[in-house]
Amino acid sequence: MGAATETFYSVIRRQGITRRSFHKFCSLTATSLGLGPLAASRIANALETKPRVPVIWMHGLECTCCSESFIRSAHPLVKDAVLSMISLDYDDTIMAAAGHQAEAILEETRAKHKGQYILAVEGNPPLNEGGMFCIDGGKPFVEKLKMMAEDAMAIIAWGACASWGCVQAAKPNPTQATPIDKVITNKPIIKVPGCPPIAEVMTGVVTFITTFGKLPELDRQGRPKMFYSQRIHDKCYRRPHFDAGQFVEEWDDEAARKGYCLYKMGCKGPTTYNACSTVRWNGGVSFPIQSGHGCIGCSEDGFWDKGSFYDRLTNIKQFGIEKNADQIGMVAAGAVGAAVAAHAAVTAVKRLATKREDADHNS
Amino acid sequence: MGIQTPNGFNLDNSGKRIVVDPVTRIEGHMRVEVNVDADNVIRNAVSTGTMWRGIEVILKNRDPRDAWAFTERICGVCTGTHALTSVRAVENALGITIPENANSIRNLMQLALQVHDHVVHFYHLHALDWVDVVSALSADPRATSTLAQSISSWPLSSPGYFKDLQTRLKKFVESGQLGPFKNGYWGSKAYKLPPEANLMAVAHYLEALDFQKEIVKIHTVFGGKNPHPNWLVGGVPCPINVDGTGAVGAINMERLNLISSIIDQLIQFNEQVYLPDVAAIGSFYKDWLYGGGLSGQSVLSYGDVPEHANDYSDKSLKLPRGAIINGNLSEVFPVDHANPNEIQEFVVHSWYKYPDETKGLHPWDGITEPNYVLGANAKGTKTAIEQLDEGGKYSWIKAPRWKGHAMEVGPLARWVVGYAQNKAEFKDPVDKFLKDLNLPTSALFSTLGRTAARALESVWAGRQMRYFQDKLIANIKAGDSSTANVDKWKPESWPKEAKGVGFTEAPRGALAHWIKIKDTKIDNYQCVVPTTWNGSPRDPKGNIGAFEASLLNTPMVNPEQPLEILRTIHSFDPCLACSTHVMSPDGQELAKIKVR
Repeated sequence: MGAATETFYSVIRRQGITRRSFHKFCSLTATSLGLGPLAASRIANALETKPRVPVIWMHGLECTCCSESFIRSAHPLVKDAVLSMISLDYDDTIMAAAGHQAEAILEETRAKHKGQYILAVEGNPPLNEGGMFCIDGGKPFVEKLKMMAEDAMAIIAWGACASWGCVQAAKPNPTQATPIDKVITNKPIIKVPGCPPIAEVMTGVVTFITTFGKLPELDRQGRPKMFYSQRIHDKCYRRPHFDAGQFVEEWDDEAARKGYCLYKMGCKGPTTYNACSTVRWNGGVSFPIQSGHGCIGCSEDGFWDKGSFYDRLTNIKQFGIEKNADQIGMVAAGAVGAAVAAHAAVTAVKRLATKREDADHNS
Repeated sequence: MGIQTPNGFNLDNSGKRIVVDPVTRIEGHMRVEVNVDADNVIRNAVSTGTMWRGIEVILKNRDPRDAWAFTERICGVCTGTHALTSVRAVENALGITIPENANSIRNLMQLALQVHDHVVHFYHLHALDWVDVVSALSADPRATSTLAQSISSWPLSSPGYFKDLQTRLKKFVESGQLGPFKNGYWGSKAYKLPPEANLMAVAHYLEALDFQKEIVKIHTVFGGKNPHPNWLVGGVPCPINVDGTGAVGAINMERLNLISSIIDQLIQFNEQVYLPDVAAIGSFYKDWLYGGGLSGQSVLSYGDVPEHANDYSDKSLKLPRGAIINGNLSEVFPVDHANPNEIQEFVVHSWYKYPDETKGLHPWDGITEPNYVLGANAKGTKTAIEQLDEGGKYSWIKAPRWKGHAMEVGPLARWVVGYAQNKAEFKDPVDKFLKDLNLPTSALFSTLGRTAARALESVWAGRQMRYFQDKLIANIKAGDSSTANVDKWKPESWPKEAKGVGFTEAPRGALAHWIKIKDTKIDNYQCVVPTTWNGSPRDPKGNIGAFEASLLNTPMVNPEQPLEILRTIHSFDPCLACSTHVMSPDGQELAKIKVR
């Protein structure tokens, strides 16, 4: 309740952020916007007096799964996030206004909150056909996106669409659907990939910014390290079965019923960076592997074009548990091969050499 | 002035043109243009799908077993229903049968989606067309409590509860940051609820927001996550292991109890909050019975929720199947997805190209070549449209027709078909709802009727979930724990060529996928989805689609505030990402798209 009347500044001070750090954040924001020192104090002033950070949530080519995921957040509840933490001034999926009353909010936000609003982008712009595969207000979506990016404090790329391109960008990408960092190149972009991202990861990123008064630490690919620095496989509760060479061989076989490893069923957990095996989904109820299906790798760049979801990863030996996302980087993309190697399990991880026989017998 | 369409509507575009773009509180991107006469009554309507993604061409040459994941991403709101349609299409093509438990689990997932989607649609996408949030500030909490307790036994109804909520709302409004309520049409005369009903509705808007996330946990248990749970050709991926070694990682007693508890809660929410709210709100809008459009004339339902695994006959399907045309409810026609003369798509007013655009094409033989051109009378430019010309091409949505008829699909269509078939489970609740409001049967064919049918269906779906949960447990008790059939999992076991069709009733209406498989890969994939039916542009004969028909003859309080347009369009629960993605059978034409 109280939070509804607190300012951004008072909230972050309550979290123990010093005044100096707060001003540093404002200067960095101003710099990232290409604005001068005067702008920094203007931003600081706004954040000190403005109760909640304005958020503009735009939709390009997408399926709205990110919005749907966002409203699943259990902590914070999405109603508390929207009523007390942020000011969701524009989101075509839930806003009351339509047509020019909706469009007017964008103009007003740019004018009144220059450099002070968060631009959250769900989906991506198609560039073919002059951008008219996604029309918004009679114009190409990409124009609206660039316009709102121009004056944003920070940009969040929700989901695989905005981060990497996702399904409409899968080969042959008929609309030339393009991740937003390819059309907005002069702004920091926080990528929150996944199809969709986990609800609490989404609200976690937003509330990190409003609570700590800074942008989260990102890896080289632009993802928050707090959620995307480890593979599903690293923290999977079925990992002991992988290490023991105990694999599901067929859907609904005895091994499946005992909860053995799904690696041979095509699980992409070993090459996928996400928080599913730790945070889990929908208030921690389950995650794909726990419910019997392998990970399809939906938070990885280009996951649609790495062969069938049921093809076994053919070569994952270079992925030691100690390696982080930056070191693996795009190598992972190439490693998710299309071919199914009958004895792939034996090449899994060097340390598992002693388990090779088990794996071979099982394949 | 004006013209009459073959399906019986008068169109007159001589009056003032109103443009609504973007249409908000829908899935995807959409534009509506209408002409109003001197009395601000809508006399012409043009609905446009303004996005296109091309999922089907992306599917070409992929593994058919992967298609569910691609098509599931057509829509994250009706998440899972495309996946179910897809696995059914592949199973139909390859002759794969699924175990009884898989059928029960799939029904539970589909019905959970139905309830979730209907609840979220009503409270978060549609309610603000009926409910004035700002008016709730002037409500008397005690009178609100009396109102709430008079319509339902829902426990959250004390004066203190409404008082606290009103205080929070007041602080929110007074902060000057209205968030999603900013620039709404508050205070418009088109709103008819007293402040107390508005306050009650706002309370339930927030309660529904809290509750909806519980409903989808059923998807999480069986499919690992929501949105976009995982599915499987041949069954479901989750194994059942009630009490053996490793049971903690499978569908076990704890998981079944979780499902059961959620079903109890959603039945209670449907029956004590959702349906009473729709009836209460409806009672204040009894004289606003616009928006009927095609609903009293031509409706289509494919049917869904099979009682028995692998039996998609009319008898097995719990949601009804059939087509009604020309308003003749005494005759319900059978529907055949495989018949090339029944379901066809036209493109004369869509941004696609056919060799002969006077003819329609069956989905198995569909062609989609993008052809983005504006009509001669359009205003503006190709990349800055001011006004579309409905005489030319004007939408990314194709125009599907059943035996040449434009059809409405969705909850109301399903319930009209069930009603026409004299099925008590559909007829009785409709009659009771109308009788309680003292409305004639004809009132069903309206915006309000569409909204009421959705609420009645949510109640029905909740009860069906209880039924299938009990059935699942009884089957496990009888010794059957099977959830997947792997006999034809391996592509080596498939014929060289195969084709199939899968259908469901998505929350928004009739949905089908047509697949051709060749040399173990997808050769052609076509989806005809509910919003393609409802949002269709005109066809070569000039028949208008359901959205356009529904807007006609509606008076607007203030044409500058498109509240009535939003109210009626929202009553269909449009899903534009679904409707606008159809692609060619061979994808060759794509090479012609210019990269600019």
